[in-house]
Amino acid sequence: MATRELTIADLTRLLRSAAGEEEGVDLDGDILDTDFATLGYDSLALLETASRLGVEYGVTLTDDDMEAITTPRALLDRVNSTLTRS
Amino acid sequence: MTSTLADGAAVVTGIGIAAPTGLGTSAYWAATLAGESGIRPITRFDATRYPVRVGGEVDGFVAEQHVPSRLLPQTDHSTRLSLAAGAEALAASGLTAQDAPEFGIGIATASSMGGFEFGQRELGHLWALGAQHVSAYQSFAWFYAVNTGQLSIRHGLRGPGTTVVSDQAGGLDALGAARRQIRKGTAAVLAGGVDSALCPLGLAGQLSTGELAASDDPRGAYLPFDRAAAGHVPGEGGAFLILEDPAFAQARGATVHGEIAGYASTFDLFPDGPDADGLLRAARQALADAGLAPFDIDVVFGDASGRPDADRAEAAVLVALFGPNGVPVTAPKSATGRLCAGAGALDVATALLSLRDGVIPPTVHVREVDPGHQIDLVVGEPRRPTGRLRTALVLARGHGGFNAALVVRGPATTAAAPPTSPANPGPSRP
Repeated sequence: MATRELTIADLTRLLRSAAGEEEGVDLDGDILDTDFATLGYDSLALLETASRLGVEYGVTLTDDDMEAITTPRALLDRVNSTLTRS
Repeated sequence: MTSTLADGAAVVTGIGIAAPTGLGTSAYWAATLAGESGIRPITRFDATRYPVRVGGEVDGFVAEQHVPSRLLPQTDHSTRLSLAAGAEALAASGLTAQDAPEFGIGIATASSMGGFEFGQRELGHLWALGAQHVSAYQSFAWFYAVNTGQLSIRHGLRGPGTTVVSDQAGGLDALGAARRQIRKGTAAVLAGGVDSALCPLGLAGQLSTGELAASDDPRGAYLPFDRAAAGHVPGEGGAFLILEDPAFAQARGATVHGEIAGYASTFDLFPDGPDADGLLRAARQALADAGLAPFDIDVVFGDASGRPDADRAEAAVLVALFGPNGVPVTAPKSATGRLCAGAGALDVATALLSLRDGVIPPTVHVREVDPGHQIDLVVGEPRRPTGRLRTALVLARGHGGFNAALVVRGPATTAAAPPTSPANPGPSRP
């Protein structure tokens, strides 16, 4: 089981690979507190991202979890708190 | 609107093509007239252990050039080709969602196999790695209706959405469905079909029909109406057209390439039996729908199965309608392989180009037409008829008994009556 921290760079890489990048959006900019919806990611994109996080980091994120998590910062916090506990 | 249009006709204002003989309408038409073939050894996967090892692949397609990044992880190859051809058709017609009321532009696509390649890959992940490794996009990326959905979302086309699944008849059936929506009041419809399943799962599915040629000769595997006909080869691609209400097209000043003048579909109760007359019924009904007699047809784009008994059945239909050698017949699909749902739409696009330029493209590879067929197949070189080339009949048959026929007519000639309204200052031929 991986115990490394999920960084914003890791997350943008995962988002790009899982769901691509919306035209006109710069994922390399300051996006920590930007809503996923504004970044062009719908619920299915986040579901796929959660699935990749599960495979790569061993973190279980339910559909309800992902509904409550609306920004990259919230997702990083959630994943990293889980990784710290484990 | 010109007075020559059939009742309830839909006009064609844009064409988009993705075919093994060319990506984009210009490249496709040039290659088709030059008699180039897109049949080559299959490269998309290792086909060496399959009975069929040649097919028609769309060469040089770079998905990133046609599909936005957000859609790449969620699209099968067939959807990516659809997005490319759909965008070309819209751009060619100049039509955008803003040109009509919110629900005024619809979409009708045909698909025979959905996103098989995507589906096979994700099923592989399921069994080899586990459920967590299956893409969330598998939920729709494999599905037959996915191209209707993706094109609708991509271009904001919120009018009636349709998907038809009737194998090789599907391309014509989608155009028929589009025309029906236009008759009901939809201003315009993006319509056609693209199929691609050049993957082990897709090829296995097609092999089950028993209609594929067991050959690895790119020039000799698919020889419709030839004495040596022994099946067909698979291909990928197809076409999309913009169909419009004639008044709507005229009001926005669109260039009209021709009209869908007639259409009909039928079903064989016993596709392999002696009463398989469905194709003849479809052709007769399409002609009646267009208000035309067989004499009015100047060229036929055949279904061209390549299976000897099915070729004989189609030739009998042509002789019944037109008499022996009564009309030029061609099957440019011998250069692409059979494209399933893509075939009918591509044939209609090809027919429109043929009528536009006054030239009938050849049926490549065919060397010796079976004289028993008594059909005037255009082989070798393109043919420029000295007489009229204004109206084409397109035929298509789908596995399992589907038949469809569509009559397409070129735009009114410059010799037609002078313009009747200031909004139509004169012929504007491309």
